Order: sequence, then C-alpha cells, then structure tokens
Amino acid sequence: MKLHEFQAKKLFADYGIPVPRGIVASTPAAAKKAYTKLKQLCRSGKRSADAFQCNVKVQIHAGGRGKAGGVLAASSAQEAGALAAKLLGKRLVTHQTGPDGLPVRRVLIDERIAVKRELYLAITIDRQVAQPIVLASRRGGMDIEAVAKDDPKALMRETIDPFAGLLVYPVRRLQAALAIPDALARPFHALITGLYRCFSETDASLVEVNPLVETTDGRLLALDAKVVIDDNALFRHAALAKLRDPSQENPLEYRASQIGISYVGLDGNIGCLVNGAGLAMATNDIIKLSGGSPANFLDVGGGANVEQVTKAFQIILSDRRVKAILVNIFGGIMRCDWIAQGLLKATQSLTVKVPIVVRLEGTNVKEGRALLTGTKLPITSVDDLGDAAKKAVELAR
Amino acid sequence: MSILVNKNTRAIVQGVTGQAGSFHTEKMLEYGSQIVGGVTPGKAGTNVHGVPVFDSVHAAVEKTGANASVIFVPAPFAYDAILEAVDAGVALIVVITEGIPTWDMVRVKRLTQQSPVTIIGPNCPGITTPGECKLGILPGYIHRRGSIGIVSRSGTLTYDSVYQLTQLGLGQSTCVGIGGDPIIGSSFVDLLRMFQDDAETEAVVMIGEIGGTAEEEAAAFVKAHMTKPVFAFIAGRMAPPEKRMGHAGAIVSGGHGTAVEKLAALKAAGVTTIDSPAVIGATVKDTLARRGSLKVS
Repeated sequence: MKLHEFQAKKLFADYGIPVPRGIVASTPAAAKKAYTKLKQLCRSGKRSADAFQCNVKVQIHAGGRGKAGGVLAASSAQEAGALAAKLLGKRLVTHQTGPDGLPVRRVLIDERIAVKRELYLAITIDRQVAQPIVLASRRGGMDIEAVAKDDPKALMRETIDPFAGLLVYPVRRLQAALAIPDALARPFHALITGLYRCFSETDASLVEVNPLVETTDGRLLALDAKVVIDDNALFRHAALAKLRDPSQENPLEYRASQIGISYVGLDGNIGCLVNGAGLAMATNDIIKLSGGSPANFLDVGGGANVEQVTKAFQIILSDRRVKAILVNIFGGIMRCDWIAQGLLKATQSLTVKVPIVVRLEGTNVKEGRALLTGTKLPITSVDDLGDAAKKAVELAR
Repeated sequence: MSILVNKNTRAIVQGVTGQAGSFHTEKMLEYGSQIVGGVTPGKAGTNVHGVPVFDSVHAAVEKTGANASVIFVPAPFAYDAILEAVDAGVALIVVITEGIPTWDMVRVKRLTQQSPVTIIGPNCPGITTPGECKLGILPGYIHRRGSIGIVSRSGTLTYDSVYQLTQLGLGQSTCVGIGGDPIIGSSFVDLLRMFQDDAETEAVVMIGEIGGTAEEEAAAFVKAHMTKPVFAFIAGRMAPPEKRMGHAGAIVSGGHGTAVEKLAALKAAGVTTIDSPAVIGATVKDTLARRGSLKVS
C-alpha cells in the first residue's frame, strides 16, 4: 500500500526525520489559507521584504510529478489558491501513471528550501539475501534506477541484520559515501536511525527519501518522502491501513481486491478468468503467443465458489473493450463441475454478449465439460490450452 | 529415492483443526501420507480424521516422533508457528499459509540461517513424492511415479504441468512448490541441488515467474553444477512493469525481473526453455526422447 507524500512526511516527522513545513489542502480556499499559515510558521514574526514562496505539489501515487507540471511555485496566497484551482480535480499524467493519469484530490503547500546538494537515501528488503538494505547515492533527485544502471558504483548498499538493527559503522560508511560533512554527522545519524525505525516498525517494503538535501544553511532535510507498506502486514497497522486512498487505484482492481480476487487491467480485448496467479500469467502469455492480447490478469483464487466466479465475470464484463473471454481452470481441490455450475449461473444472471471459451482440466473434468455442452449460452468448450487460446483470439477479432 | 519426503516421512499438521488444515489432513491421509499428529493450542486430546491433536509442536513431536510439519496456521500467527516447529527440532517445515508479512520471513530466514531445518514456502502448494507421501494441497491424482523432478513458484500452473507430464507417461520423482512470495524458505538453487544429488531424478522441470532474481541464480547454478537436463517455463512475459501479478513476489520493478532476462540467462546456462505453457509436457518428452534418455513406463 502506497502512502501519499504528505502522509509519508507526517510519518517521517513522527520518527524525528526533518521534513519541510507543509500543509495539505483539498480546495483552493484551503490552499490560500495554507499559504498564509505557512508564511506565519516559516517567518515566525521575522520581517522580510521578499515575498514568501511556497510549493504547490499535487498528491498522487506516482513519481515524475515535477516534470509533468504537478509541482508549481506560488508567491502569494492568491497565487497558491489559483494554482490549487488549476491542479485540483484534474488528472495528472506522469511517466509512472500510464496514459490515464491519476486524480489530484489534494495539494501539499510546503516551504521552498534553498538547496546546496541533493542526495538519495532509501531502505528496502533485499530479496536475494532476505535482509533489509540501505541504498544511498550522491546523485539524488534523479531516477535512481537510471543511476543504478549507468553508474552502479554511484549507488552504495549496506545490508542490515534484522536483529542487530542499524549499527554505527555502516552509518559512518554511508556518511563517507555521501560526503556528509562532520558538522552534520549527528543529524545524519539521527535521520538514518529514524528512517530505519520507520521502515522496520511500520512493516514497510520501501522508505525512500529522494532527494535528501543539504540546505544552504547547513541542515539535512527530507524534501520528498515515499513509503510503501507491505499489504500482508496491514492487519497489525490499523492506523496506517486507514491511509489507503482508493482514488489512486484502478477502480476495477480495487473492486476486485475487496472481494479477494487479484485483477490487473491490461491493454487488450480478451478477458481472462483463471484460478491461480502463475496459471493466470501463463494464460496471458499464451494469448499473446497466439497473436492476441489479454484485457486483464485475473486470479479468482484457490477457494473460488459460484459467488466469486460470478463477481469475477462482472468485473471482466464491465471492461467494454472485452470482445471475448477465456476461462482457464485447473481443478485441483476445486472441482471442474463446480466451476462449470458457477459459470452457468454467472452467465445466466448477467447478460453476456461476448463469446466465452472455456478450458477445464483436472478433477471432475468430464462432468464439468458435460454441463457446458448443450447450453444456449455463447460458450465454446475446448480441451487443450493451446487450442483454447487460439479460439479466443479468433473470436476476439 | 526422491527428495525431501518419502514413505518414512512422519508429519504433523499445525492448524489441524482449521477448515483448510482439517480438509487437507484428510486428503493427505487418503494419499497415504503418514500424518501422525496435529497441533492446535487448547485442543489437545481431540482428534481430526483420527489424527491426535496436541497443544504444542513439542508435545506432538515427543509423542509421535514426527520429523516434518505442514503449516496451515493463519498468516498473523504463522511466524510463531514456524519458529515453534524449528524449536521443536522438526527437520522439514512446509508452510502453506498465504499472506505472511515479508518482515516475518526476514526474521525466520535470519534465525534459521545456521540451523539444519529445511523450510518450503510460504504461500506454496507443498511437496509430493508420488506413491509415497504428499505434504500440502497438491491434488493427488495428477501424479505418477517416475524420474522427473519438478520445482515451481506457482500452484495451479504446477498442477497443470505435472498433469501434462503424467498424461504423457512421464512420472515424477518429487514435485515441490517453493512458493510465490518475495522471501521463501528454500530457493530454486536449493531444490536443484537436491535433484542433482538424487539418484532417481533424471531431469528437472522448473517453473518460474517474473520478479526477483531467483531464476537467474538458478541459471548460474545449473551452468556450474548440473549434469542433468533442466527445462524451464517462466510465467509473466505479458506483465506490465510495477504491477503485482497476484503473487507478492511476481512484480517487474525497476526494469528487473522480466521474463526475457530470465529466459536469456537460463538459455545461456544450457536450460531448455519452453515458450508455451500448453507444451511443457510435450517439450520434455520430445527432448528427452531425442537424447535417447527417456524412460516411459
């Protein structure tokens, strides 16, 4: 589960990680007020001839906001309000969002920082060694994956023992790698310790500060914040679970996840209904190999019943691009005749106009196939997976 | 011979009184597996399908001499259940439970690094040595005894592949589902090593998925240490980046973990890669027949 920047910064602040001052706003009027309040906070009574400047940053679950015009500067309350009016309620397309973009429901009004240099700092789990790993680079503010690719030496890695925690010597090594001046050694140690505690205590799969900045007035500050929480661990983080923002998720994917179905929208026109994640991926692959294109990945789950199958059908059918459906079920514990009954019920209760190709294999396959023959529904039963994919591709044309 | 489990395996089921635990205990017994006990705290003295239930793994092991455990305990309690089995000295732990937090598996891996225990899973279908022992949720009838070893990250795709082999007359030495999570107890490399050392296994089929680098590590191992033929299918060529395809581990992130990369690494290591999931069995049969190394019973 991804957090928004403003949520992640609040979490960072709770762990003692310095972040710029900022106020989140969901209306232009709130953005105007936020500017004024932020100005008071930042100036704290000090007078200045210069206009106070702030950022107006869209809050969406994707990177690349700056380049896409989602981070703007305002020098007055009026301007902050006007920029918020321009951004709120729109969809922002960045290189990470896909062509539809993501809806902007909030903007973060935060103070502008005079930056001396930008660094990169993140903690994630290294799957290969099954331990947390700190990633750090002097090349902050950039796409870190590009850095890792062109200049792997510029990305420093420190594996952490989950029981020992973050010791002092790797922090010293990281300090040297990032060329943090001695005057900032203590703040750096505090910051990275806070970041590690945040990572481990929230069951995060990623905490990322990009950029971590050294300011012209000699401070370290997390200018941006990205936090991803392990979905499997949300049961023990009730407060964090409440931060989920369904508006940032594909509506069909969200609807599916609420009923225990894994669904991922793809670009094609063949709807897929499969039991098991591996088999579902393999089904998408074989459609592609047969010259077609899947409209979705859908794993109906191991314990799928008639109700689940019906709901899965509803989700597939609500995608209007779907021209044919391929059902691929390997009945293991699940019996094929149950699946066939589910299919019949689902297709009877819904108005299905697109052709359905069904490939059943496994437990009670004969009974399952028998149930599907002789119905008036547009169902074609095919025994072989390769033939089934070809048939679906043909029907979708 | 076979790997991990055989007719002498004596297993307990943790979470035996739950719906899945009870259902699959019956299925495992029907298959002929020696399920000698079950564990559910607070339910000692009862029985499930004739299997005695104990309050703790320690008590179950002491009374039954079990050397393996199958875990169906719900995800929030699975960490504790795994470590209890480790502490009780169980040699083989098969974790069926889906949805265990990654951090819990990080801790399990670190705590068992120096220990001789073998953990399979989590989020896996289990292990079958056809005709001898089935630990987990694989359907029993798909198997046939023979000389092909199977190691896979997925569930139903494994059943499909195994069944393809069986229908073509190619039996299996042992089938192992290692699980679809980012952090798992035993890797492809661990299983490939066991199959290479197993006298009965003549060829190995590995079923990988997008995400992580486990298949690349397997490729390096095959190149350096395997003399037996290895076949591979990788699911998820179609998968768009940054989208999790059902399994927590199946995600192409930062341009890494793609099927193309994995297939290239495996091919370079001399593995026969298979493009279509519909011809996994046929490819194994044809290739082995061409090499003259096929025994179809």
